[in-house]
Amino acid sequence: MYPAIALVRASTSRYSVTGLYQGSVGTANYARLFEQAALPTVVANTVVWVVVIVAVTVAVALALAQLLNEDFPGRRLVRWALIVPWAASLIMTSKLFVWIYDYYFGILNHVLLALRLLSAPVDWLGNDSTVMGAMIAVGVFVSLPFTTYVILAGLAAIPGEVYEAARVDGASAWRAYWSVTVPLLRPALLVAVVLNVIYVFNSFPIVWTLNDRNPGFAHDTMITYMYKIAFRSSLRDVGLAAAVGVVNVVVILLAVLLYLRTVSWREAEA
Amino acid sequence: MSAPPGSRAIGRRVVLAGAGLTVAVLVLAPYLVMICTALKPESELRATPPRLTPIEWRPGIVLEVLGDPSFQGWLTASLVVALASTAIVVLAATPAAYYTARHRFPGRSAFLLLVLVTQMFSPTALVVGLYREFFELGLVDTYAALILTNAAFNLAFAVWILRAFFAAIPREIEEAAAVDGCGRIRVLVRIVLPLSLPAIVTAVIFAFIAAWNEYIVALTLMTDPARKPLPVGITAYVTAYVQHWNHLFAASVLAIVPVVVLFAAIERHLVGGLMAGSVK
Repeated sequence: MYPAIALVRASTSRYSVTGLYQGSVGTANYARLFEQAALPTVVANTVVWVVVIVAVTVAVALALAQLLNEDFPGRRLVRWALIVPWAASLIMTSKLFVWIYDYYFGILNHVLLALRLLSAPVDWLGNDSTVMGAMIAVGVFVSLPFTTYVILAGLAAIPGEVYEAARVDGASAWRAYWSVTVPLLRPALLVAVVLNVIYVFNSFPIVWTLNDRNPGFAHDTMITYMYKIAFRSSLRDVGLAAAVGVVNVVVILLAVLLYLRTVSWREAEA
Repeated sequence: MSAPPGSRAIGRRVVLAGAGLTVAVLVLAPYLVMICTALKPESELRATPPRLTPIEWRPGIVLEVLGDPSFQGWLTASLVVALASTAIVVLAATPAAYYTARHRFPGRSAFLLLVLVTQMFSPTALVVGLYREFFELGLVDTYAALILTNAAFNLAFAVWILRAFFAAIPREIEEAAAVDGCGRIRVLVRIVLPLSLPAIVTAVIFAFIAAWNEYIVALTLMTDPARKPLPVGITAYVTAYVQHWNHLFAASVLAIVPVVVLFAAIERHLVGGLMAGSVK
């Protein structure tokens, strides 16, 4: 718990560039935070980052889980493959994608050119219009395994008799999916969505690594913005960064409260 | 599934297997690039057009990385931090989980709630506070700071998964042992721990992997290049000045393979633990 207290205290204090405490400033850091020119961009980036990744991840994971819930030869292989991006260090996966996206030597441009999907190579991570999409793609890639497994657990909990009943009643497969599977999957979906919102909001290595070349805060999320203010930029402003940190913690707390409501805390105690 | 294995059923299985194979290839493709790049000589990294597989296979790159004193330093740091924090997690979580599973005490519900909430906080949002804390304690750039942070943040998951398991062990077994003259501690050591070994193994592997992959706290707290853990250390292979992508990815493969194997072993228990028993 102590880091949280240190964070709140730091957010009301002023520090020199070398990190020495220079006294309390009350809420001045928060007032300064809301005057930062980059803040609207960073907030907008964060919203796009979280909403798009979670929405795409859940949509793809629904299909993937449905596939993995069927019995077919090689299913175990697919499940094992899915573990790799989950278990691998995020920073190593991010570095890997920096290399894959590389303008000159990256395999992605080469493949897309060979397939005639592109007429000229694209500087994925250097171009303002593509960098966010490129980062979101990696975000989806690393969020998929966990989400798929959660939905798969939800699917496994649906008893087979329900489907038989639906078939007896003459429901088509598509109809059965929407009227039986989706409603029964709601608890698992809620868990997947809320936990992903928390994880994706907190995600640091992807944006930190893939956005490395771009100056300023044009493609930062709240988390990397806070980190840059605290440790990297010429500002080196611990007080201001701590104020961003407190805002971040409040956002996560709200998400956690939402999570506890959706899973209904008492159930977990039984 | 009761349908006779007619040609339609076989066709369906072929389609499903094809879809499954496509998914597996798509998921693994980036890591195939990683492995192939790790086996290329330096000169081939800048070949245009780029090709996936090396012209000249250089498995020796992996040995070069293993023999690199910097890599050995990062590996040592990773092992020390991951092993020590895992030991703390298991030693602290086992009694805590057992106690909360067996006893009702005032604040038990609040305690479990607190544990759940810390699970959702990655160290990321708190990193500025963490830095201040260790700065004031004079622990910046020490293994101790990383060990404590990792242990603290991984404790929650371990308590949850162990508690669920302990709660499922019938009380009668323990009572029978007590009637036979076993003390509290002996019941725990002789009966409960052997029965809950799978859960403990899961907690151990999870805590180890989480600490092994941890990045932001290590990035922030460790300044001595020789004592950075692997995820932070290996980024030195590719900077604005040197670009040894083959070494970077050889080191990554070395760091990822053991973790994937461990992860596959606990995958079954993991989802349940992460969802904290909310979906039955």
